[in-house]
Amino acid sequence: MKMQFKLYRYNPDVDAKPYMQDIEVELEPSDKKLLDALVRLKTVDDSLSFRRSCREGVCGSDAMNINGKNGLACVTDIAGLKQPVEIRPLPGLPVIRDLIVDMTQFFKQYNSIKPYVINDTPPPSHERLQSPEDREELDGLYECILCACCSTSCPSFWWNPDKFVGPAGLLAAYRFIADTRDTATNERLDNLEDPYRLFRCHSIMNCVDVCPKHLNPTKAIGKIKELMVKRIA
Amino acid sequence: MANVAKRQFDAVIVGAGGAGMRAALQLSEAGLKTAVLSKVFPTRSHTVAAQGGISASLGNVQEDKWEWHMYDTVKGSDWLGDQDAIEFMCKTAPEAVIELEHFGMPFDRVESGRIYQRPFGGHTANFGEKPVQRACAAADRTGHALLHTLYQRNVRANTQFFVEWMALDLIRDADGDVVGVTALEMETGEVYVLHAKAVLFATGGAGRIYAASTNAFINTGDGLGMCARAGIPLEDMEFWQFHPTGVAGAGVLITEGVRGEGGILLNANGERFMERYAPTLKDLAPRDFVSRCMALEVLEGRGAGKNKDHVLLKLDHLGPEVINHRLPSIREIAIKFAGVDPIKEPIPVIPTTHYQMGGIPTNYLGEVMVPKDGNPEVRVNGFYAAGECACASVHGANRLGTNSLLDLVVFGKSAGDSMIEFIKNERPTHKPLPENAADFSLARIARLENQTGGEEVNVVREAMQKTIQLRAGVFRNSENMALGVKEIAEVAERAKRTQIKDKSKVWNTARIEALELDNLIEVAVATMIAADARKESRGAHSHDDFEKRDDENWMKHSLFFNQERRLDYKPVHTKPLTVDYIPPKERTF
Ligand SMILES: Cc1cc2nc3c(=O)[nH]c(=O)nc-3n(C[C@H](O)[C@H](O)[C@H](O)COP(=O)(O)OP(=O)(O)OC[C@H]3O[C@@H](n4cnc5c(N)ncnc54)[C@H](O)[C@@H]3O)c2cc1C
Ligand code: SF4
Ligand code: SF4
Ligand code: FES
Repeated sequence: MKMQFKLYRYNPDVDAKPYMQDIEVELEPSDKKLLDALVRLKTVDDSLSFRRSCREGVCGSDAMNINGKNGLACVTDIAGLKQPVEIRPLPGLPVIRDLIVDMTQFFKQYNSIKPYVINDTPPPSHERLQSPEDREELDGLYECILCACCSTSCPSFWWNPDKFVGPAGLLAAYRFIADTRDTATNERLDNLEDPYRLFRCHSIMNCVDVCPKHLNPTKAIGKIKELMVKRIA
Repeated sequence: MANVAKRQFDAVIVGAGGAGMRAALQLSEAGLKTAVLSKVFPTRSHTVAAQGGISASLGNVQEDKWEWHMYDTVKGSDWLGDQDAIEFMCKTAPEAVIELEHFGMPFDRVESGRIYQRPFGGHTANFGEKPVQRACAAADRTGHALLHTLYQRNVRANTQFFVEWMALDLIRDADGDVVGVTALEMETGEVYVLHAKAVLFATGGAGRIYAASTNAFINTGDGLGMCARAGIPLEDMEFWQFHPTGVAGAGVLITEGVRGEGGILLNANGERFMERYAPTLKDLAPRDFVSRCMALEVLEGRGAGKNKDHVLLKLDHLGPEVINHRLPSIREIAIKFAGVDPIKEPIPVIPTTHYQMGGIPTNYLGEVMVPKDGNPEVRVNGFYAAGECACASVHGANRLGTNSLLDLVVFGKSAGDSMIEFIKNERPTHKPLPENAADFSLARIARLENQTGGEEVNVVREAMQKTIQLRAGVFRNSENMALGVKEIAEVAERAKRTQIKDKSKVWNTARIEALELDNLIEVAVATMIAADARKESRGAHSHDDFEKRDDENWMKHSLFFNQERRLDYKPVHTKPLTVDYIPPKERTF
């Protein structure tokens, strides 16, 4: 089967500026996912650059913009994609080469929410106990794979990547707030109480729409906002 | 010598999976200047894909003892595991897992508030009596939970990561001591010399030497390749684990935790065939055993599907509740990669290459040990290894499920501690770099730049994968392996002349894949030659012409020296640290 692509290409070593490449590739029957097709394309043109690792949707490497929507190539079925398949790097981040973007800003925001359990009481010799119900509060929060599909589909993040934490970072912030073992809720809310860090989210829900792990950053952001309000009251 | 930038650290860690990051935490918290290199952002390391659990005899659900865990691991290893290292790991397990919990790992819980534990293959109570719930789990995302937690803890400790840096070669001085590595910064294409007092390899597995594998693209055995080129032997490379349940056709893993939760294997006749082979443990017998039984079912014509080439993993009887709560990712994987919803239909599965039991020879302190002047184990000063790339050897000829995540944190930490001691007591200042430290790596890159008339990387890689898949599979025989030895030598010759078209500097993934192939090839050659030489059946090495384990002649570790293509052997450690030796027995389940 032949498949047609329109690929965003940019190699700073040779290209003055980015361009869209029309290219066709003959697929094998075993090629089922978009990532398989890209790997196949790379055997035709070894200069095509993209990140990939697990090929099963759990490492978060191969997020890209596929026919206008962010997603992971490795879990996107080839069947059903409108051709030519238009593939671009994640929007809003600096492109290093082809589909590879500079994610520094994204991780900086993640790190800024102190993504680790804070608890200054000395730990017991066994587990810090947590009921199954309390543990369930973390479901839908901890599974994030840091692929950046969400933040790079969020207009607020595009405009203020240095100031707005973005959906992925805020989801993580709530993951620690929601953890009964974490004792720093107040400190965490202080850290987000700012016109930009949290409040730039206008509930546009792009993030929810694209998350390949079916997580809901908007809901988590809503919960943080609720806690903020409660705290003032 | 070409002008290459140099940077100095107390310690360099190559690899930011579970093992590398556990070690990094130890070093960062001790205040040492540490660089952690990774080909990918740390949370993208393949530890993230681990599903089922991490073992520890916490006894949260049923009575358990570390001595039972040790017995299971020794038996699982088919008596090739080193009993001192196994004792160390199993005894340390509870504290290592509790520590992860304290770091914030989101384990599932039981009513008492303690960590949830599920049964897993080969893990038993009371020395083989019945299955025991020992696998500590975060749903079926235990690796993800573990890896992200360790990354987060490293953020807290301010660990310095070199993300998307690929180590190229190990630097040894005239004494054979390790003094650093060369590395390629992918974004710029520049090569650096990283000068260190101590170096740790935690580069993970090399499952990509096979055509079908549960491993990620990046699992190319770089640590092993670097050792091979630097004259450090590779241990027990004939032992590769075939996981019973890879998705047929796709290779993606379905955790043994499915069977731990009550899933069962069926042949085409709907028979639960494992009852026939393993009356006590049934579907929860160790992996080498279950994989062989599955392969036999298929060989004898009882495979399922139109080509009769797989078996079925049935779990619909667990009910949507258990599946959605305990195995949510498995459901997702089955739907995406097998096109079936396991709530309604069974998943088609086949044994798939999964884990490398062998690797860089170490002791339980993470120190790399090689033969020298008649002594089988002499420390290589300044060099450490941990995780799947290392061979401590706790897994021997067959690893038990959930023992690898445990291995990562136990030996990641002990290696970190050993490095701290070494730097403090033995190498407080840097040992000088050899004059030509980067030349070898630069020559490899220059060879690629200037190669003409060579073959494409993916063509040679496919030839390698096909050979290994065909010649070093679940069932092996003399004739087939002898052919494999010959064929892989030919492929290795071809690999010396790979050619890339892309010659640019920035993020050149063609160059990276060519350099990775150099590593894969070393692993493939070691695997084929070590397998061909072992004239017995033990653990994952199942030899049709020598069907029995032969303790008299073969209870020994193999050591392969790539440069001379030479095999050597060393004794198994039969002396545990404190408890009695567990002597070999027949393995039945
Ligand atoms: C699908 C799957 C499921 C599994 N499930 C379980 C389970 O439930 N329980 C269990 O105990 N085990 C499980 N295992 C096994 C276990 O997950 C692995 O053995 C383990 O995670 C390996 O960890 P590691 O730290 O050694 O290496 P990895 O996590 O593979 O990390 C290797 C690191 O080295 C880096 N690296 C490699 N080469 C270079 C280089 N040249 N330069 C710089 N960096 C480099 C990589 O970037 C990466 O950071 C599973 C394995 C698979 C494949
Ligand atoms: S809901 Fe908020 S975070 Fe999500 S896309 Fe919209 S503005 Fe961004
Ligand atoms: S929330 Fe979803 S889309 Fe955003 S980074 Fe995490 S996994 Fe990716
Ligand atoms: S390759 Fe890992 S998420 Fe797609």
